Amino acid sequence: MNPLDFVVLIGSMVAIAAYGAWHTRRHRNLNHYLRGDETVGWLTIGISVAATQASAITFISTPGQGYESGLDFVQNYFGMPLALILIAAVFLPIYRRLNVYTAYEYLGHRFDAKTRLLGAALFLVSRGLAAGITIYAPAIILSTVLGWRLDLTIILSGLLVIIYTVAGGSQAVTLTQKWQMAVIFGGMVAAFVILLVKLPTSLGDAFTVAGGFKKLDAVSFSTDIHRRYTFWTGLLGGFFLSLSYFGTDQSQVQRYLSGSSLRESRLGLMFNAVLKIPMQFFILLLGVMVFVFYQFEQPPVFFNHAAWQQAVQHDPGAKLQALQQEFTTAYTQKEQWIHQWLDAKHAGNLEAGAAARAQALAALEHVNALRDEARNVMQKEDPGVTSNDADYVFVTFVLDHLPHGLIGLLIAAFFAAALQSKAAELSALGSTTTVDFYRHLVKREASDAHYVSASKWFTLFWGLVAIAFALFANLVENLIQAVNIVGSVFYPVVLALFLVAFFIKRVGGTAMFWSALAAQLLVLVVYSLHYRFPELDFSYLWYNFIGCAACVLLSLVIQAVLGSTNKLRTVTSDK
Amino acid sequence: MKSSEANTASVDVPPDNRDELTSLPWLRTWRGVYLFVFSCFVLWVVLLLALTMSFS
Repeated sequence: MNPLDFVVLIGSMVAIAAYGAWHTRRHRNLNHYLRGDETVGWLTIGISVAATQASAITFISTPGQGYESGLDFVQNYFGMPLALILIAAVFLPIYRRLNVYTAYEYLGHRFDAKTRLLGAALFLVSRGLAAGITIYAPAIILSTVLGWRLDLTIILSGLLVIIYTVAGGSQAVTLTQKWQMAVIFGGMVAAFVILLVKLPTSLGDAFTVAGGFKKLDAVSFSTDIHRRYTFWTGLLGGFFLSLSYFGTDQSQVQRYLSGSSLRESRLGLMFNAVLKIPMQFFILLLGVMVFVFYQFEQPPVFFNHAAWQQAVQHDPGAKLQALQQEFTTAYTQKEQWIHQWLDAKHAGNLEAGAAARAQALAALEHVNALRDEARNVMQKEDPGVTSNDADYVFVTFVLDHLPHGLIGLLIAAFFAAALQSKAAELSALGSTTTVDFYRHLVKREASDAHYVSASKWFTLFWGLVAIAFALFANLVENLIQAVNIVGSVFYPVVLALFLVAFFIKRVGGTAMFWSALAAQLLVLVVYSLHYRFPELDFSYLWYNFIGCAACVLLSLVIQAVLGSTNKLRTVTSDK
Repeated sequence: MKSSEANTASVDVPPDNRDELTSLPWLRTWRGVYLFVFSCFVLWVVLLLALTMSFS
């Protein structure tokens, strides 16, 4: 990066944060602080919802996913439009009619105070534990690639987001997200255009190469349970995941409750329902085109350049250098086959084209095998080195092949993405702590100014927790997995609480509370069992189904046992 | 505690009629909006499927 890049990076980041803090520096009351001034239109809500979901990892890792595996990850989002329709039609009118600040207040209306506190506590535990990752994960990638100090990157980006989130509350989050998304998409589109210009082939040939290497297989109706992304897993898994995330996670609920009316909130959600799939497709396609680009421009053996350099200087250096030589030879051979394949295509010689393509595929497998071998050598030397370098693919392309100024814009886009999702998360943690715990349990009668002040302190507290967590974290691969496990352990019970609340009128608060506790305990037991019995180790994604199903079934059983003596509250389920 | 926390607080709040209208020129009802969104989803899947089949 040169001075121009730094001016673009620091200028855009500080300007957006200052804009958010300045525009929202005066808050009349708690409502204004937690929900904005309720004049927000559907487009702003739509962008805010998209920005909250799209963290830096989305824009750094997703192109890497496209590079490695092609477009099939797009299927992961197939359930989202359907979930958003259900939320817009059922969840949203109830939230707005009850005029709630947090989703968990609704549980208090529908069930009772203890169930509300349980839902809010589960959110705080899972989201609080994840708090550091949205800063740490992009920080470790960017600090590694740019050669910056990791701790300073974490602290500076963390403090920046704390300042404007604490100062401006929910409205500042919404306002800044709009401009941050403009920076992100400006950068991504510019990168895409330059990538296409730099491709040494026509667009048609680029698609031929991508398709020939199976990078354009976007939809699969396979029923193979070992295949991670298919139409069916995307539709079913994506539906429940989106339902719990958009419908019950306060970081999202807070975003669409800031709308000036039910109409604006609904249209904001529908905006995402329509555009999410093409947006993810575009980011994945960017990764696929980077893959095509690197078929004609030799890539590094290992995209994490810093880790590679470190390994080369140590014991396995000779082995890695030998692999590098072999990689270059294999790469050159592959490139020749690709040229033969395209020449045959242009000449209309299908048979020769198919033969050359088969050779190119075999050569690609050889190249990938060499990359795997290099990773194994590096991991044997230093188990702390992450073997997955896909996250570094797009950043490496940006730094090596984009012009200065645009590099600064792209790095600004990555930081903007980190800040926008972090800001929404902190705001949600602060508001839930204030509304569901502090105002409910500690100080019930106080002025709005007092609650605004309390909310600011709680937001600051969670921001500092996030920075501390990020600073003391290491081995990012394990941490991300740990956070996903924490989410899968706590999320399903929260989803079940809301599903029963909305759709099973006969279940009351007491039955719901005890079934949620029992289901949560069950998930924790199932999770801990695999330590004692390794043969019971299965994907943590199954916890989502187990926890949700167990909670719903138990609520019905306990309600049947309790009978009709438990007065039910069904105030919100009628439209 | 604010009134919104009382269990029956908002039951009687009349629905805001303005919210029932989409105010969109071509899609006047919410059912129409949801159908449009679902149609877009189907269209994306069909286009992605066509891309898959064209280059596989």
